[in-house]
Amino acid sequence: MADKVWVYIDQNQGEASPASWEVVGAARELTGQLGGGITAVVLGSSAKGVAEQATQYGANQVFVCDDSTLEEFRAEPYASLLSGLAKEHQPDVILFPTSSRGRELAAMVAVDLETGVMPDVTALEVQEGNVVVTRPVYGGKLISKAVCSARPQLITTRVRAFSAPDPDPSLTGSIEQVESAVSEDQILTKVAGYSESSGGVTLNDAAVIVSGGRGVSNNPSLEPPADLDEGEAEVWKAQQGFKLVGGLAEVLGGAVGASRAAVDAGYIPYDHQVGQTGKVVSPDLYIACGISGAIQHQAGMRTSKVIVAINKDAEAPIFKMARFGVVGDLFEILPPLTEALKDKLNA
Amino acid sequence: MKIVVCVKQVPDTAAKVVVENGQVTWGDAPLVINPWDEYAVETALLQQEAHGGDVTVVSVGGEDAREALKHALAMGCGNAILISEPGLENADSLLTSRVLAAAIQKIGDVDVAFFGRQAIDGDVGVTAAQTARVLGWPSLTLVSEITEMDPGSKSVKVERSVEEGRQVVEGQLPAVISVMKDIGEPRYPSFMGIRKASRAEIPVWSTADIGTELVEPAVTWPELTNPPQQEVVTEIISGESPQETAAKLADKILEEKVL
Repeated sequence: MADKVWVYIDQNQGEASPASWEVVGAARELTGQLGGGITAVVLGSSAKGVAEQATQYGANQVFVCDDSTLEEFRAEPYASLLSGLAKEHQPDVILFPTSSRGRELAAMVAVDLETGVMPDVTALEVQEGNVVVTRPVYGGKLISKAVCSARPQLITTRVRAFSAPDPDPSLTGSIEQVESAVSEDQILTKVAGYSESSGGVTLNDAAVIVSGGRGVSNNPSLEPPADLDEGEAEVWKAQQGFKLVGGLAEVLGGAVGASRAAVDAGYIPYDHQVGQTGKVVSPDLYIACGISGAIQHQAGMRTSKVIVAINKDAEAPIFKMARFGVVGDLFEILPPLTEALKDKLNA
Repeated sequence: MKIVVCVKQVPDTAAKVVVENGQVTWGDAPLVINPWDEYAVETALLQQEAHGGDVTVVSVGGEDAREALKHALAMGCGNAILISEPGLENADSLLTSRVLAAAIQKIGDVDVAFFGRQAIDGDVGVTAAQTARVLGWPSLTLVSEITEMDPGSKSVKVERSVEEGRQVVEGQLPAVISVMKDIGEPRYPSFMGIRKASRAEIPVWSTADIGTELVEPAVTWPELTNPPQQEVVTEIISGESPQETAAKLADKILEEKVL
């Protein structure tokens, strides 16, 4: 007999994403109120190790499928398998981490099972047998409660919104092998590889983010190479500025973010954009350098635990939400700040 | 090539959205085409320029969604369709996807349907994948670049932005593609485009017209609130020199115990 609360463990190349264990933490909040245990679903190839890990994090039962069709994540075969398992065992809730994979998988399973999906939730409670979720909407400008009348209730949890339990090697659970639902010739897409792999810490699960805005191009003491035109010179200056931002991020083990203005001006690729039309992040520490703090940027970072703002303009809106502010030139502040933090963290 | 692009009307990103007396309001800020969807429109137009054919823009929404459709027409889309009826006002993503899938089927012989990655009001971000699933088409989401699209051989190759980097995925047309912002900057509507759009007759379809059932949405939103006011007391750090300021700031950050 499978449990009422299921978790989808998001794994890639035999390694579970840290957010998957946060989902187990969220599931524990539900089983505390709904009773029963937690069933984990692990799909992929060489997924067995992740399945054993799932029991140590608190899964009582694990469905695992090791199949070559599941080697690279593709939403179609993953959804067909998960939907089939859910049809057979009728869980009440399936929780997924909010990743590109988790969101798309939940979306497709919702179609297969004719139910609703509630993505990117930050809190859960049980009321009259239903899970009432809390999720930010309008880029975090408002908070919404949502419920789903159909079953299973499909929920993706926001990265860093729930805490992962500590793994306990003495915990065990039953691991059941299941068969894949579709064969390779029924799958509509093929993963040909990766043209670029992302290096360093990704924005979504970073505990520390150092971000740069328009201001990173304003270092008057820099002399750009003579062969650049005005526009190129500005971008060149900005890239020198982002080296300082990146240097601080590296010392803190964090990721580099940017405002929309910096991305639109071509200073840094879009992958780094924080805001309503970029990534919504919630790190422990957010250091905004040369960012004024437009409302659409605030929407992407307002739930950061500690916000630090460095800006020349004392009237910049970012100071209203910052715990600490420095009214000054980021080019003068960042190098000694990076050095000071490096020394103190190594001490 | 027959192209559909799906768009939504939303409050502008600069709008101050608040709840007043239980109602969501954004003051006098304008409603605009969802910014992500502008990239989808741009992508649709680029594909049309490369392969010929026509682009139809579709929106599910109230009367005000006409503005989003007109914006897409002014950018260069040939046709627009509004799908509207009272029961769709509180549609969840599954109902919206079924309606869009039925509309795409009614339009007929569609090679590709483009979407933005998510709407900036509900931030749900599953409509493209769900529409693909309903249609039984390949779902190519979060696409940053289309490296190949051949309506003759029906092949398509894209680069998706996922956590591990740029993933190269191949599929077959017809397909659903949702695009990211780095696909290319949307064009501004031309003067001629705006004139044409202002005179365009936009047909309104109901669920009965597209042969889909209007069901009660499974997901409901019983409560919307303003986020709790964050009580932030800002401490401005200063010193005699940048070094002193930086050292003080470093100590303050370490005292917060977040590192």
